[in-house]
Amino acid sequence: MSPHSVPDTRSETPAIPAALERPQLLELYRYMRLTRTLEERLVALYRQSKVIGGLFRSLGQEGESVASAYALERGRHRDILSPLIRNLGSMLVMGAKPIEILRQYMAKAESPTQGRELNVHFNDLEKGYLGQISHLGDMVPVMAGITLTFKLRGESRVGLVYIGDGATSTGTFHEGLNFAAVLRCPLVVIGEYNHWAYTTPPEKQYAVKDLADKAKGYGIHAVTVDGNDVLAVYAAAKHAIERARRGKGVHFVEVKTYRRKGHAEHDDQSYQPPEELEWWAKENDPLDRYAKQLLENGWAEQPELAELDRAVKDEVDRATDACVNDPLPAPQTALPGVYAHPAAAERLWFRML
Amino acid sequence: MPEITYLEALRQGLWEEMERDERVFMLGEDIGAYGGAFKVTDGFQKKFGEARVIDTPISEAAIVGAAAGAAHMGMRPVAEMQFIDFISCAYDMLTNYVATARYRAGLATPIVVRGPCGGYVRGGPFHSQNPEAAFLHTPGLKIVYPATARDAKGLIKASIRDDDPVIYLEHKWLYRRIKEQLPDDEEILTPIGQARVAREGKDLSIVTYGATVWKALEAAERLAKDDGLSVEILDLRTLLPMDDAAIVATVRKTNKLLIVHEDTRTGGIAGEITARVNEQAFEWLDGPIMRVTAHDVPLPYAPTLEDFVLPQTDDIVKSARWLAAY
Repeated sequence: MSPHSVPDTRSETPAIPAALERPQLLELYRYMRLTRTLEERLVALYRQSKVIGGLFRSLGQEGESVASAYALERGRHRDILSPLIRNLGSMLVMGAKPIEILRQYMAKAESPTQGRELNVHFNDLEKGYLGQISHLGDMVPVMAGITLTFKLRGESRVGLVYIGDGATSTGTFHEGLNFAAVLRCPLVVIGEYNHWAYTTPPEKQYAVKDLADKAKGYGIHAVTVDGNDVLAVYAAAKHAIERARRGKGVHFVEVKTYRRKGHAEHDDQSYQPPEELEWWAKENDPLDRYAKQLLENGWAEQPELAELDRAVKDEVDRATDACVNDPLPAPQTALPGVYAHPAAAERLWFRML
Repeated sequence: MPEITYLEALRQGLWEEMERDERVFMLGEDIGAYGGAFKVTDGFQKKFGEARVIDTPISEAAIVGAAAGAAHMGMRPVAEMQFIDFISCAYDMLTNYVATARYRAGLATPIVVRGPCGGYVRGGPFHSQNPEAAFLHTPGLKIVYPATARDAKGLIKASIRDDDPVIYLEHKWLYRRIKEQLPDDEEILTPIGQARVAREGKDLSIVTYGATVWKALEAAERLAKDDGLSVEILDLRTLLPMDDAAIVATVRKTNKLLIVHEDTRTGGIAGEITARVNEQAFEWLDGPIMRVTAHDVPLPYAPTLEDFVLPQTDDIVKSARWLAAY
C-alpha cells in the first residue's frame, strides 16, 4: 500500500489505549522487530556453526515479552525484571544491546559474561535485568528477595519475573510465589502459557485450565490475557505493575501465547501438530497482528514500519560485523572470580608440567 | 571477663553485626516473635524490628533465594535453617544459583546460611545431620564450623562481613555445653580459612572440627596420662577454603595423621584431607592416614544406636594408640 492511497482519517483515528502515545507504539513495534530480526540472524550464525551452543527462539512470543517489559519504569536503578530464554525482547527493552546477545551466543571473550555463560543468561542490574539460571522457577524466590529489598528500603520500585507454563510445576515457583505473597513484595509475575514445555503439553503438566488459578490459590490478584495482543498485555502488565508499586503486593498476569519453534533449534517439533503451528503462524502472529492494528487504526503508516524494519536490519548487520570475528576467551581466564577472596582458583599441577 | 556459652557467643556476634551494619537482616522460620527454635535470635525482633528480623513461611529454597536477591541489592542477609538438616531443601538454590553467581554473572551474593547441626543429642535421622560434605564440592561457597565460643562469635561476624556466601554450621551439642570467658571490650573476629592448633603435641596429629574437637581433646588427655603420648590437635574451623598450610605443618611436625569427623565416612571430608596430605606431604608420613568417622548409616534415634554409630572418645583413644604404635 502506498502512502498516497491512504485516505486522511486522522481526525477519526481511534484513541490509543492504555495512555500510550504514537512514538511509544512505534517503539514497541521496533523492539518486536528487533527481537525477530536478531533471532533470525542468530539462526544464520547457528547454521554457520558460529553460535557455540543451543539456540532458543521466541518466535510467536515477542509481543508479550516486549509489551510486559515496556510497562516497567526503565532507567538507571529503576524497576528490575528477570527474563527467561524466550524473553529476548524483554531484555532489549530494558537496554541489552544486540551485540551483547551476539557475543554471548558466540561465546566471545568480550561477551557480558566473558564466555562463561550462554545465550541470554546475563545481567545488568543497573539497567534492570537479572539473567536466569537453567533451573526453572529459581528466579521467583530471587526476585522475591530483590523486591523485598525495595520494600524494606521504602523505594518505589517494582520487580517482574517470567515463568513458563512448565515451570509452574517446580517447587521453587510455588515457594517463591507464596513467600512473596505473604511478605507483600512488589512483584509482578508473568505466567507464559505457551502450550509446550519442551515436548510436554499442558494436560500432562497441570490439571488447572489457567495458570492464573494457581496464583489465585496463594491469594494473589491474577488475570489472564491474550498474550499475542500486544496492547492488551501492555495494559494488564501496566495495571499490575502500578498496583504493586502502590503496595498492593504480588500480581500475576497470565499470557496465552504459543511457542512456534522447538525447544531449541535442534528440535524437529515432531510432537507439535502441523495444523496448530500453521494456525498460530497465519492467524495469530503477534507482530503481524500488531502491525495490522497500527495501520488499520491509523496509528502508523506502512512506510514508517518499513523504515523501522530497515533500520533494525542495519543495526543487527552492524552488530554482527562488529563481533563475528572476535576471539574466544583466553583459556586461563577460566580461573578468576569464583570468590571475591581468593581472587582466582589455583592452576592445577598437571597444567604446569 | 564474663563466661558465656557457645550459643550466647553466637548471639552476641549476630547482635553486634546487626548494630554495626544496617544492611544486615535476618530471615527464617520462627526466628522473630518466638526467637528461634533454640532461642538464638531471642529478643532480636524486639530490638531491631520486624523489617530486620523476618518470620518466613516453611520454604528453605525461597528463604535462600530471597536472601540471594537481597544480597544482589547490597544487603547482608543472614538466613536461618531451623535445623541444618533442612538445608538440603535449598541445595539447588545454594549450589546452582548462589555459588555460581559471582563467576557466571559477576553478582556479589554475600549471604550467610546458618543453622544447628550435629548429633550426640538423640535427634534422629533428620535433626542430627552434618551436611558439610554435600557443599564442600561446590566452588563458590565457603563453609565454617566453629568448635569454641570464641570462634562461634568470631566466625559469625567474619561470615557476615565476607563478600562471598558462607554456610555457618553451629553444633547444637555445643550450644549450652561449652562455656568460655570472652572479653567484652575486644572485637572478636576469626579469619575465615585459618585453622587453629587446639592442643600442641609431637607424637601424632588429629585433624578435626566441630564437636569432635572436644572428643579429641578428651582423648588426648587420656593418651597423655595413660600412654605418655603427646597428641597435637588441629581444629579446622573453616572447611572451605581448607587451611592446607596448617594441615601440612602438623603432619611435618608429628608424621602421623588421624582425621576425625562426626559426619559419615564415604565421601566425607577426611577423604579430601587425605588426598591433600598425600599430594603435599607424602614423604613426611611415617604411617597410613587413618579416619575415625560415623558409620555409613543414617543417624538412628535410640541412644544405644546413636552412640554406636557416632565416633566417641574411646574410638579416638584406641585409633590414636594403634596409629602411634604403627
